[in-house]
Amino acid sequence: MKRKSVLVTLLMLVMVAAVFTACSKNNSGETANTGNKTSTSETANGAGDKDKKIVVGFAQIGAESGWRDAETGSIKETFGNDPKFELKFSDAQQKQENQIKAIRSFIAQKVDAIGLAPVVESGWETVLKEAKDAGIPVFLLDRGITPGNEDLYVSFIGSDFVLEGQNAAKWMVDEFGADAQVNIVQLEGTVGASAANDRKKGFEEEIAGKAGYKIVYSQTGDFTRAKGKEVMEAYLKKDKNIQVVYAHNDDMALGAIQAIEEAGLKPGTDVKIIGVDGIKAAFEAIAAGKLNVTVECNPLLGPQLKQAVLDYKEGKELPKWIKSEEDVYFGQKAIDALPNRKY
Amino acid sequence: MASLASSVRRVTKYKIVWPLLAMAILYLFNLIVVPGFFKIEVIDGHLYGSLVDVLNRGTPLIIMAIGMALVIALEGIDISVGSVLAIAGSMAIFMLEGHSLWVAILASLVIGLLCGLWNGMLVSILGIQPMVATLILLTVGRGIAQLITNGQILTTTNKGYEFIGKGYFLGLPFAVYIAAAVFIIIYLLKTKTAFGLFLEATGANRKSSEYAGVKPRAIFMSAYAICGLLAATAGIIYSSNLSSADANNAGLWYELDAILAVVIGGTSMRGGRFYLGGTVIGAIFIQSLTTTIYSLGVPPESILLVKAFVVILVCLIQSDAFRQMLTFKRKVTTS
Repeated sequence: MKRKSVLVTLLMLVMVAAVFTACSKNNSGETANTGNKTSTSETANGAGDKDKKIVVGFAQIGAESGWRDAETGSIKETFGNDPKFELKFSDAQQKQENQIKAIRSFIAQKVDAIGLAPVVESGWETVLKEAKDAGIPVFLLDRGITPGNEDLYVSFIGSDFVLEGQNAAKWMVDEFGADAQVNIVQLEGTVGASAANDRKKGFEEEIAGKAGYKIVYSQTGDFTRAKGKEVMEAYLKKDKNIQVVYAHNDDMALGAIQAIEEAGLKPGTDVKIIGVDGIKAAFEAIAAGKLNVTVECNPLLGPQLKQAVLDYKEGKELPKWIKSEEDVYFGQKAIDALPNRKY
Repeated sequence: MASLASSVRRVTKYKIVWPLLAMAILYLFNLIVVPGFFKIEVIDGHLYGSLVDVLNRGTPLIIMAIGMALVIALEGIDISVGSVLAIAGSMAIFMLEGHSLWVAILASLVIGLLCGLWNGMLVSILGIQPMVATLILLTVGRGIAQLITNGQILTTTNKGYEFIGKGYFLGLPFAVYIAAAVFIIIYLLKTKTAFGLFLEATGANRKSSEYAGVKPRAIFMSAYAICGLLAATAGIIYSSNLSSADANNAGLWYELDAILAVVIGGTSMRGGRFYLGGTVIGAIFIQSLTTTIYSLGVPPESILLVKAFVVILVCLIQSDAFRQMLTFKRKVTTS
């Protein structure tokens, strides 16, 4: 009995230790990172830059997806490599309270501009009002806040999901011709997500006038591979007469590809597949001939944020919505772009 | 007529009758409403059809629910199985990079076993309530899985690994054989070994079985360990079927489906007797329902509503009190 309890305590210790080492590893990595950043900016300072640096505080949501990591990387790289700028970066770990705290600390440090990727839409009025009163311009990245608060920020920099849906439909119409008979299966994103609603809206608007284009089935795949595959699988049992699968993100498209292969059809040839996002795996699938096109949803917003901050400093009038630079990738263009994809 | 009524009464004593009845109704509905639901073709030398899908897609849930049944038999619950599935899947695909197939599978099973032992230790030795104890791993588990995958979706092209969840053996999905093997092993464990007896005894009444010489701690530890191990097995099949491991979404809410499968199968959450056959039927029922919903083309906004409605119906059929109310009413009207 005694020996057993010793064993159990040992086991417990090991597991606890494992959790802690994992955490501390993560932490030390972070500190090392920020340490690096400050040292590089100091050396840049020492290089004899007379002008005062432009300090930008960025309140990031967290690191929940590859897309988000790419965005963080883009911002760190853009501002880190520019001696005119100094970046203060904060990771909120998916919590609004952390983002609010970060913004308050930016205000206290009197930064020159604040970038914010709001984790939720609502609840920003008070803290953004504080920033406004302190005379610090706020730029929203990739997600918006509750409508009616447009005076609280300078610009929103992000994707136009409706446009992405339209671009997907345009590619399809170019591919098949306006009079073709095309049966479409649409894999929707998470119910209620703005990306899902708008990508659906843009796509459906674009094909509305064309009688031959029919969405024969539309179902949510929750933006995941597993669900995309399951939904596609179920539909293929009913009807294999489809020409196009339009998925609201690449992951669902990749899931659908597997289901189509297992049904004995050739994805990319028998059934054309359209994805959105432009993740690296999608480019690889295009190179393998299984995916036809991916409509980019660009996370590399660093350069546009930098430009917006510079323009604001010069007193230029900025549009309320700066649309991120996005492209549609297919065929050889995608294969050429593959080695440079960062996410 | 009387003999028919008595034979009906005799049959309804078996707990498995009710989930089977629910499933029969669901399939009858499919027969009428969904064309081609029962169609089975042969493609590339294996069976292909909605029913095969139900079996194939249902295997992770079946295996997980069997583990859950053991824990529920002890009046416990393990809500961390979905996270353990994600950890195990991530581990396996992470290890495939640079290690052999067997090492990857073994590592994945070992980490599942460790998770199970951790839960078992919290429950049996520290005496934490099962719901709270396994809540820890439910939340931390996805974090661990994200650490393994570094927040990315890992993919693999290892043919051997893909065979586990995608391959076919004698015309049927290979994973179905794994589920069958798990069922047989646990069934033998339940009926042919002392462990099975002790498990039900401890679940029914911990105190008195302890006085009778059963060591509840060992029983608890083993049940949670097996549950973790089976969740890991499910994780391997799940990730293998997709050739990828998604730490955020793999097996999300599976723990609820697994609990539901056990309950539909006729096992009481209060512990004691548990029904493996019923659990498997329950799991297949849940998967059939999902596949039916997708085949029907229920609008995405109403899926959860439809599911909830069906589950309430099934639980009502299960409830003795509700059935008595029905029969009572009938007697009133006939007299």
